[in-house]
Amino acid sequence: MAEIDRDKLLDIYTRTMKVNRTDEKFRELLMQGKVAVMYYCVRGQELVSAAAMAALEPQDYVVCTYRGQGEQTAKGIPMEKWWGECLGKATGTCKGKGGTMHITDPDTGIMVTTGVVGSGIPIANGLAMASQNNGDGRVTLVSFGDGAANIGGFHEAMNMAQLYKLPVVFLCQNNRYGEHTAYADHTDSPTIAERAAGYGMKGVRVDGNDVNAVYPAVKEAVDRARAGEGPTLVEAMCYRMMGHFFGSDFSYMPPEHIEEMKKEDPLPKLRKVMLERQFTEEELDKIVADIDAEIDAAVQHALDAPLPDTDEIYKDVLEEVN
Amino acid sequence: MAEITMTQALNLAIDEAMAEDDGVFCLGEDVSAKQGGGVFKVTAGLTEKYGEHRVRATPISETAIVGAAVGAALAGQRPIAEIMLMNFVGVCMDQIVNHAAKLRFMSGGQTPCPIVIRTTTGVGVGFGGQHSDMLEAWFAHVAGIHVVTPSNAADARGLMRSAIDANDPVIFIENILCYGLKAEDPGKGYRVPLGKAAVAKEGSDISLITYGRTVLDALEVAGELEKEGISVEVIDLRTIAPYDEETVLASVNKTGRALTLHEAVRPFGTGAEIAANIQEKCWDKLKGPVRRIGGTFSAVPFASHLEQAWIPTKEEIVGQIKASVGKD
Ligand SMILES: Cc1ncc(C[n+]2csc(CCOP(=O)(O)OP(=O)(O)O)c2C)c(N)n1
Repeated sequence: MAEIDRDKLLDIYTRTMKVNRTDEKFRELLMQGKVAVMYYCVRGQELVSAAAMAALEPQDYVVCTYRGQGEQTAKGIPMEKWWGECLGKATGTCKGKGGTMHITDPDTGIMVTTGVVGSGIPIANGLAMASQNNGDGRVTLVSFGDGAANIGGFHEAMNMAQLYKLPVVFLCQNNRYGEHTAYADHTDSPTIAERAAGYGMKGVRVDGNDVNAVYPAVKEAVDRARAGEGPTLVEAMCYRMMGHFFGSDFSYMPPEHIEEMKKEDPLPKLRKVMLERQFTEEELDKIVADIDAEIDAAVQHALDAPLPDTDEIYKDVLEEVN
Repeated sequence: MAEITMTQALNLAIDEAMAEDDGVFCLGEDVSAKQGGGVFKVTAGLTEKYGEHRVRATPISETAIVGAAVGAALAGQRPIAEIMLMNFVGVCMDQIVNHAAKLRFMSGGQTPCPIVIRTTTGVGVGFGGQHSDMLEAWFAHVAGIHVVTPSNAADARGLMRSAIDANDPVIFIENILCYGLKAEDPGKGYRVPLGKAAVAKEGSDISLITYGRTVLDALEVAGELEKEGISVEVIDLRTIAPYDEETVLASVNKTGRALTLHEAVRPFGTGAEIAANIQEKCWDKLKGPVRRIGGTFSAVPFASHLEQAWIPTKEEIVGQIKASVGKD
């Protein structure tokens, strides 16, 4: 595999740090009691989403889950709108009616964020089917967890996508847990990627903490999809460094395993790659500082923003009846 | 004007919509020509005209079918998904209830979900417990979905066009026993608006509110009672949810009596909601309690005499009407 070019690497770094700084900020606000909402941490998974989003074109579609902060911010939802939605404000992507688990922003290509495990997978097929029907050249990427690979819809959708050669990429972020249940306690097949073979599909498993592994794999899957060669199942191995959602119990996560996995933390690894490729410490720090400033401004904007009008509960139910 | 069956009516409506809009496509099990043009032949002939991409035969994967319809709708297309029999909606309920119905709302109006889910059902064909249920109340209980069922071929043509036009999900219930019903073809472009009931027969003594196949029973009973001097107004809801409250209330305000009738089981059925609403809003005009008739609260039996006994009978309808108007 050819080396990732420097511009693309910088792009991935920027997206990764945007995801990470957003995650840090969210936890800080929760800890300070400034906001009280459900938030599903992405610490440890930043690189997977960032590299995947960097492999897509702006017009491509994404379907993600409640743990979709990474895809959403890395794909480029404007920060003010993103924070607005998470804080339930009228200025949010969905006027405060979706919330952290249901972020939609078609302008950015984020078409559905679902709170129902695995449900986005069949929907991604439909987006891809529309692209196949109308020849718009778009690719759809759907992100989901290892737990979701045991939902019936996953299997139905894999089979259908391969049957029709849909332009879709299935990205399984294997963070080793489905809520409190460890991978080995919910799945006996050694990998999720190998399941692809059962559908006649291409499946690959990559180290989600290594930019040189995850980006090329997703890029190749995206290219194949766009070329009409059909779907790919990419399983990116990563680690959910926190509990299932912010503040939730994580006593079931063995401390020695957490310590071991900390050594795999994708962020220092990415920084090392960046330095090896002659980016300077100053350059990289400046990127983070700029992102922090942007996030601070967006958070303030969201905190100051108005709440949605109460009569919003009657709106957007059915067009014809509004 | 030629006569058409309900099957032909639905086929013509879909054909017309597909011809006018490239974004309209069908998907479902056995729907394409290769499989014989659909189990009930509603999509017959469409593959030959529009190709296999627009009449997609799918694997037996209800969740994937409706999920794909949802996704395609989010991308601006107008899919018509077929769930072969209504009992199988249980398999894909998540896609309908959590996604199709809610994506418009949860996205603040950004992602409407214009899909039609066609499904068939009906008691009286000997299909037994897992192929006969009328489950419209399941959907009527969820905000964000239209639930539609035609009682005649002309309405079928018009309602299907409106369902495809609608910018929201529509559950379109086709009663198997109605497929062969004939009517004069209302012609190209004919539409029956969603949410508008029909006064299938005017009357002055009691309002009989129903939909789907039981409209036929209602009309027959109304015709017989006319001879005995009881004037029954038959309301065919056509759209079950959200239903045409205005027409229903106006009728009950006029007649002062009401009876709801459906094939679906009586407890927690749509008739209960309509009856309660009438009770609340027409209280001062009511001359007696609102009555309800529905299917027996059990699985639909197989043996034909049991199945017939399960369905609301004409005698029961007559009995309830007579009791209501005080002539029993
Ligand atoms: C159909 C369904 N069942 C159960 C749940 C409750 N639940 C929420 S998240 C979750 C774990 C999912 O794990 P995984 O798919 O690996 O994703 P991760 O949270 O690790 O990103 C469960 C069981 C749900 N939301 N949906």
